[in-house]
Amino acid sequence: MSDTFQLDGASVPFEPGQTVMQAALAGGHYIPHLCYHPEFKPHGSCKVCTVKINGRTAASCTMPAEAGLNVESNIEEMNGLRRTLVQMLFAEGNHFCPSCEKSGNCTLQALGYDLEVHTAGFRHLYPDRPLDASHPDILLDFNRCILCELCVRASSEVDGKNVFALSGRGITKHLIVNSETGLLKDTDIALTDKAMHVCPVGVILPKRVGFSVPIGARRYDQRPISAQALDDAPRQADAPHSPDTGGSCPACEGTP
Amino acid sequence: MNELETAEHPENLRRVVIEPVSRVEGHGKVTLLLDENDHVHQVRLHIVEFRGFEKFIQGRPFWEAPVMVQRLCGICPVSHHIAASKAMDMIVGATLTPTAEKVRRLMHYGQILQSHALHFFHLCSPDLLFGFDSDVAKRNIVGIAAAYPEIAKQGVLLRKYGQEVIRVTAGKRVHGTGSIPGGVNKNVSAEERNYLLLDIERTIAWSRDAVDIARKLFEQNLDLYNNFGTFKTHTLNLVRADGALDLYHGGLRARDMNGNTLLDHYDYGHYWDVIFEDVKPWSYMKFPFLRSLGPETGWYRVGPLSRVTQCDFIPTPLAEEQRKAFMAFNGGSATVATLGFHWARMIEMLHAAELIQELLHDPDLQGNDLVNIGQRQARGVGVIEAPRGTLIHHYKVDDNDQIVRCNLIVSTTHNNQAMNEAVRQVARQFIDGRKLTEGLLNHIEVAIRAFDPCLSCATHALGKMPLEVELLDAEGKQIDTLVRNG
Repeated sequence: MSDTFQLDGASVPFEPGQTVMQAALAGGHYIPHLCYHPEFKPHGSCKVCTVKINGRTAASCTMPAEAGLNVESNIEEMNGLRRTLVQMLFAEGNHFCPSCEKSGNCTLQALGYDLEVHTAGFRHLYPDRPLDASHPDILLDFNRCILCELCVRASSEVDGKNVFALSGRGITKHLIVNSETGLLKDTDIALTDKAMHVCPVGVILPKRVGFSVPIGARRYDQRPISAQALDDAPRQADAPHSPDTGGSCPACEGTP
Repeated sequence: MNELETAEHPENLRRVVIEPVSRVEGHGKVTLLLDENDHVHQVRLHIVEFRGFEKFIQGRPFWEAPVMVQRLCGICPVSHHIAASKAMDMIVGATLTPTAEKVRRLMHYGQILQSHALHFFHLCSPDLLFGFDSDVAKRNIVGIAAAYPEIAKQGVLLRKYGQEVIRVTAGKRVHGTGSIPGGVNKNVSAEERNYLLLDIERTIAWSRDAVDIARKLFEQNLDLYNNFGTFKTHTLNLVRADGALDLYHGGLRARDMNGNTLLDHYDYGHYWDVIFEDVKPWSYMKFPFLRSLGPETGWYRVGPLSRVTQCDFIPTPLAEEQRKAFMAFNGGSATVATLGFHWARMIEMLHAAELIQELLHDPDLQGNDLVNIGQRQARGVGVIEAPRGTLIHHYKVDDNDQIVRCNLIVSTTHNNQAMNEAVRQVARQFIDGRKLTEGLLNHIEVAIRAFDPCLSCATHALGKMPLEVELLDAEGKQIDTLVRNG
């Protein structure tokens, strides 16, 4: 019999080595998150999954589950902080949902809707981030990067190519391409790479797909992210990435 | 130089400003310069917004344009959505499949229907049914709903029907994504078709009634309607290969003010060889003109009045019958009258309703062959007849798929000089030598509204626009002000 901890008053079982996030999702309890992905090691950078554990805040995706923990997640205090984090992400980049092809398939947008982020909250920084359209089949729109490093992790850990990296510190931190010219066309990235399928926002895009999926058939048109994350989590834990699926998996927000 | 465009000695004249112009889409103002005897020396319609779409689309991937550029407008985004898509069809070398073209046409006719209904019922019927200088407190759609509840209801439901056609084809009532480079992203299912068929008969019947209202208004006020802001002008519009009215595709036809043909079935892919844009320092809107006639006299009029009078026929029976009646009415006087716009617009609304019915019975709408891609091109030009007139989208795309150049000539831009001419004509007829009142100033706005201008192609709170009129003496000191709060 496995040990349990308390999450918002419910008893959640866990296996040794699981994090609070993994145990919660496997048990059917949604904790909002952005940089967490079931196929990759916890990263703990976005802080959207922050919960209160025994009265102190911690990132649930990196916190090992322990018996007897009292975890508070779906409370106004935590959801208020999450809303603020999402507002800051929107203000930091150039996220123009009305004309973004990732709209309806975007994790950041879906999370914003789910958390009821109704206002900007902060003055937009409007950074100047030119596109990298040099690759014949792939477009990079850095305007939408939230620095989750999923592409960095996927390219390094799964594809073995190290196409992406983060550079700079603090507010100047940004995504770069590991090539002599700094351009994507001079890397060996391929459409079937895992890195092509993990971007939760609209940075890494296959070219000329655009708005081919009609409104109503997009990932988050029918069901909110909170419901879908639960669908994906147990399956992801059991069946990690496989080469015959072309690097795609249900938890990845990439274009089909 | 056009008469009344620039006064010889503006320093001695007092300035009257109508700002913003209300019950139009967007933001504009009219300035009048008057002497001490209230004679008019200068009238200008200024467009005071700057949007910058042509600049910030640069660098964006080409497939984004149809969705991004439609944000120019909240009233007729479908027009920009489809014009940009047609340009992108050229970029991707596409020949549309029957399903793709018909779904797009259905979307466009839904747009024509809802936009024309909005303009006639919501924006203009208060002037037309109550009178240009009627009680300003009632001269709005709420006043219409109180005095003519059935007409107001029909206006609202006609617009709603058009919006539903757009929702079914584009995914949303406003700012959908249905049209993509090379085709569309969805068909119309049998269920959706059946839903739209439910109200189509009523929509056609009410559109016929609307043509009757427009005709009766003209008949009952013949002298006023014949002469109000009327002037002779050249025309520009698209026509089908057989000369029929076609709002989605065709060649350019330009005729001079005497009816002589200047261009016919001209391939719009080279529009720049026949149309050029002039710039004036007092307006953000350019002044297009026909190159062959030059900037001073080459300006023209686009929109329903030009289309209905310059096509050879309308290819739907009810609208064609109404077109013939319109052309024959009173020796053709309505065909050159500024207020003839309303009548022509309602004939087009009826035409759009008939076309929607025709398309809904076409099984191609349920086809699954949605996109066709061919040989990639560097330049794309898309032209359609938007509700307000000819709309030109022109893009250049580099080898990386990024847009490097964009030129948009929207319907209202084509009509810029014509609208200026109309307000000058009204100023001569109604303002010159008379003491200003709100009702008199509304005459200026009535002339502008006849063109259904989309001054910014942007949404705003209809009917709530404040109006402020300032009277300044020769030294620029304010001597009187009239304010209408929103």
